[in-house]
Order: sequence, then structure tokens, then C-alpha cells
Amino acid sequence: MVEKLLEVKDLKTYFHTFKGIVKAVDGVSFKLNKGEILGIVGESGGGKSVTGFSILKLIDDPGKIENGEILFNGENLVNKSEKEMKKIRGSKISMIFQDPMTSLNPLYTIQQQIGEVLKIHTNMNAEQRKQRCINLLDDVGIPQPEARLKSYPHQFSGGMRQRAIIAAALAAEPELIIADEPTTALDVTIQAQILRLMKKLVKEKNTSLLLITHDLAVVAEMVDRAIVLYCGQVMETGKIDDLIHQPIHPYTYGLLNSIPRLNDQKKRLSQIEGMVPNMFELPKGCNYAPRCDYCQERCLKEEPKIREIYEGHRVSCHYPLSREGSHE
Amino acid sequence: MNNLLKVENLKQRFDLHSDFLDKIKFKNGKFSFVNKRVKAVNGVNFSIKKGEVFGLVGESGCGKSTTAKTIIKLYEPESGKIIFNGEDISNYNYKEMLPVRRNIQMIFQDPYASLNPRQRLQDIIMEPMLFHDIVSDRKEAYAKMLDIIEKVGLRREHAYRFPHQFSGGQRQRIGIARSLAVEPEFIIADEPVSALDVSIQAQILNILMDLKEEFHFSYLFIAHDLSVVKHISDRLGVMYLGFLVEKGNKEKIFSDPQHPYTKALFSAVPTIDGANLDEIIELEGQVPDPVNLPQGCCFHSRCPYSMPICEEERPELVEIEEDHMVACHLL
Repeated sequence: MVEKLLEVKDLKTYFHTFKGIVKAVDGVSFKLNKGEILGIVGESGGGKSVTGFSILKLIDDPGKIENGEILFNGENLVNKSEKEMKKIRGSKISMIFQDPMTSLNPLYTIQQQIGEVLKIHTNMNAEQRKQRCINLLDDVGIPQPEARLKSYPHQFSGGMRQRAIIAAALAAEPELIIADEPTTALDVTIQAQILRLMKKLVKEKNTSLLLITHDLAVVAEMVDRAIVLYCGQVMETGKIDDLIHQPIHPYTYGLLNSIPRLNDQKKRLSQIEGMVPNMFELPKGCNYAPRCDYCQERCLKEEPKIREIYEGHRVSCHYPLSREGSHE
Repeated sequence: MNNLLKVENLKQRFDLHSDFLDKIKFKNGKFSFVNKRVKAVNGVNFSIKKGEVFGLVGESGCGKSTTAKTIIKLYEPESGKIIFNGEDISNYNYKEMLPVRRNIQMIFQDPYASLNPRQRLQDIIMEPMLFHDIVSDRKEAYAKMLDIIEKVGLRREHAYRFPHQFSGGQRQRIGIARSLAVEPEFIIADEPVSALDVSIQAQILNILMDLKEEFHFSYLFIAHDLSVVKHISDRLGVMYLGFLVEKGNKEKIFSDPQHPYTKALFSAVPTIDGANLDEIIELEGQVPDPVNLPQGCCFHSRCPYSMPICEEERPELVEIEEDHMVACHLL
């Protein structure tokens, strides 16, 4: 029986700048079940990270959550006060950031940093906390965890730091982990280790994971379902196999075809023309229309609504592709 | 075919204590002399033919970029030969390098940092042409500049803009246009697409390929993204800790990697088709410290097939089939 853990309904996070309003997240909705890994993909400026931050309400001025509901275990986080959110952050929902060096404090030991999470969110005494730190470091594959407790972040390599951060994120046994580009700063061999570790821990502890990344291959390897964001809007969402092998939104299709693949002999990559539009002057109608190969008159006038085409496979396009990749 | 560039036994070292006073340390009541040196590139050999793309792959810190910067002599090589067009340029001084620099151009990783923010696009492109006397006057330079920027997919009206008015992808196009301005024979591209979004990355890779077709450039293409390297290169070299562990024809290396490090590296690449994560060859431990290089094979401390000989003797690159060389005692 699948249980729903998180449901985001029509989330709108806008940034009110001097130049105008940036609609960083513009009506994003999705669901995340218990024990599920959901990927959020898209290019830079797509609103991936802001979506992640919005869930934890880590949006600072001039940003504001304008509209929508974030239902976490049935409770709407949007209405929570800062005080209530502090109890949730780190204990129920924790976050892993891109750069492992900047998210660890260089002045504290690893034990102090992981221990802090436990101190705030659990009733453990000092001895229990130490033991738990050792177990956590062991779980994330840091050799000789006991000896490493007193190490400072600079004594760790990049991969080890990211492991320590994962340990801290897991410390209070959260129900949801939001990982924002967790492996982008790492080498491929380290990336592979970290991804495998995250997948294993998530499945073992029945935690849900929201994986935010620009790398479609990482998503393909890791997640159960994914949503594709473009200019703050959901373009397509569905099971990962459907998205990768039978994309129905021209944007997803274009993205997939523009990646060079290891087992492919193509001379030229097919490319998406143009670039992501200026967030201050989003086009009328579909945001993707100016770059779309299949753009028609209606796309330039009318914004498409997201709708279900196949079971569990939703798309926001007036003229979605058929599953064979041709145009309907 | 003749070699455009040949690198022989290239070595590069960096002093950790470059200052004389830095080298004197006071410890346990005694003064001592320390001279720690980072051994970044340790005897690299390869050659690039005319019109060929040679890819250099490896993880961060393996010496890819240092090799590139040493070839163009942004760093003086410690030892070894760099033969470009039959000339040994490894001991050339600044003045002697100038005409060579016209023929070797570099495209950098970070398009934000490699452009002068106070120059307009037209000046960025025209300056190298005028400096190297490619054109006789500014008028000719201007016409040529317009030609070049159109070739890389920028528009004429962009010529008066400053770098901050361009997006990341457009800035990388400017970087490419600047390297084209002096009509080089050889371009070193150091991670030219890793700072870019996927859709922009495809555009830039296509431009690089089209230009190669048109002008018959050779490239030294450095990237950490294996699928990008596979797409663009004809031949490639895999680096680890400043050593080339495997080199040769792209198809041969990708279809049948021989060195244990190459195998592990390839297995770690996530693929769109998924399910690769379960088959990773996981490497134990970490890359050794390049200050104290390990005895024997550079990879022996992490190699799953390590043998006693690996700890003692450094393997040489051996040809195992035509245009496929591996440095490993297993073979």
C-alpha cells in the first residue's frame, strides 16, 4: 500500500525584484509517496532548487510563496510559523546541498556537527549521541568512524565530506530528504559511490528522497518518477522509464536527444535552438514555444494546462508527441 | 599522416614552498630544509595528428589541465619535449613563443572568467587579429570579426555588447570566436562545455565539430564527462595521478577498456538507459598524494588486481593492439 508523504499543490514562489516579478516556481504540483525517489530535472533557471527550498520554506526576501499548499503528512507547511518549521527542518525533512565544503562549518568537528542535529531533535545524552554518530558514519561508509569523529571538514576529501553531510541529514531519521545537486561537485567515481549509497539508505530506511539535478543520466539511474521543469512550470511528469524511453513533451524529447551517449555513434547532436527565455519577459502562451520544433499558432497564444495522456504520465503541451516519438 | 603535436615524456612539478624562507622549517629544536613538490604530470607521451581530436579524460587533480597549460607554455615544463609542427618549443622563451601562440589557441572552461568584462565583443575578437598581424588594418579586422561571430552563431548587432550582456552559452561562443580569430591550427579546449546547460552544451559541441570540418583544426579536448569525450574525440588518453594509463583509438578503448582504472572509471558513468549503478566497480580508498608518489604503479593502492610487482615496478605503456596502449603489469 503506497502512502502519500508529500503533496505539493499549485505552488507559486515569486521573487519581487526591482526589475519586476520573477516567477521562479509557477504552479508546480506533484506528489511523493513514502519510500519513493522523485527526481526534479531541468536546466538552470528552471525553478528546481527554488521548489526544493520552498518545501522547507527557506525562501528569503524578496522571494515569497504566493500561492499553493505543501501538504506534508497531511499538514500544510505553508501556514506554519518559522518556529514550527524549525522543528521540522532536520528532523522530519532534511536537505543535502550541492557543495559539501560550504555546508559544513569549518570550525567544528564532524562529531559536533552531526551531534548538533541529534542534540536539537532528540533526547539522547552525550554518550548516546556519540554512539549514534559512529553508527551514522559507519552507515555512510567512512572507514574508522570512531577515529574520524574528531576530524575537521578540511581533513576530509570531497567525497567524504558529502558522506558526512548525508550522515548528518540522516541523523534524526527524517521522513523526507531533499538533495539539491548532491553529486554535481564530485568526480564520476565518487558520484557513483554516493548515488549508490543514497539509494541504498533511502530504500533501507523507507525514507523518501526528492532528488534535484540537471543530469538526466543521474535521474535515469536513481529515481522512480521524475518531473521535468522549465521556466518554473512542470512540462512533463511520469515514471522514469516512460520519461526516458517515451517522452511526450517536445522539451524532454529535445533534452534527451541533445546528450551525447556512450553507446551511440551519432556524428552530430540534435540540439534545442535558442536559449531559456528571460524570466522577466516570459513568452505569451507556452514558455517553450519559441524553441519548440512543433510550435503552432495556438502555442503562442494559449498556455497549455497539464493533463494526463497515459496512466501516470502527464504533460503540459497542446500537441504532445505520441509515444513513438513522432508527432500526433 | 604527420604529427602536428608530439609530447614526449612531459613532466611538471609545482613547489609547495616556492619562497626560500618557506623552505626552512624549525622543528624539535632544529632547523631543517623542506622542499615539498606536487608532481602534477609525470612523463606523459602522446601525439596528435593533423585534423584529429585527442581527448584527455580523468578525475579532478589528475593533471589534465596542467598538461594542457604546459603545452601552451603557460607553465614552463619541468622536463620533456613539446614538439609542435616539427619545432621543439619546450625551451622557447616568451618572445619565441609569440608566433607559436598564433597557431595554438585555448578555449577555457569558465566563460565568465576568461573574458575581459570591460571589452566589447568586437574588441575581444579584433585584438588578437591586430596583435598577430593577421589583418592589415582595423577595417579588415572589423569585417573579419563580423564574419567570425556569425560563424559561431552570434549576431552582428552583438558586436557592441559587453560580456555581461551575454548568457553563459553565448560567452562560450565568444571564447570560441576569439580562438578562431587568429586562424590557428591547433585548439586546446579545457572543459569547454562543463559549465553549460545540457541544451547549450549540444549547441557548443556541434559548433566545435562544424568548425573542425571547415578549418581542419586539431583539438586537444579535455573533459571529465566521458560521454562528451566519446562523442567528440578520435583518440583519447586516460590520466591518473599525472600518468597516462591508457591511450589509443576511441572505439577500441570504449568498447574494450583494458586498464583496471579505465574500467572502473567507465563503469561509474551514469547512463540514460539506467541500471548501471548496480554494476559499478567500486574503487577502495583515495587518489594518493601527488607530493609523495607511490612506488611502482600509480594505481596499485586502489587496484583490485594488485600484484607484488605492481608495488615495485612502474609499468610502461605497451601496445596491446594497433593504436591501443595500456600501462599495466596484467597485460
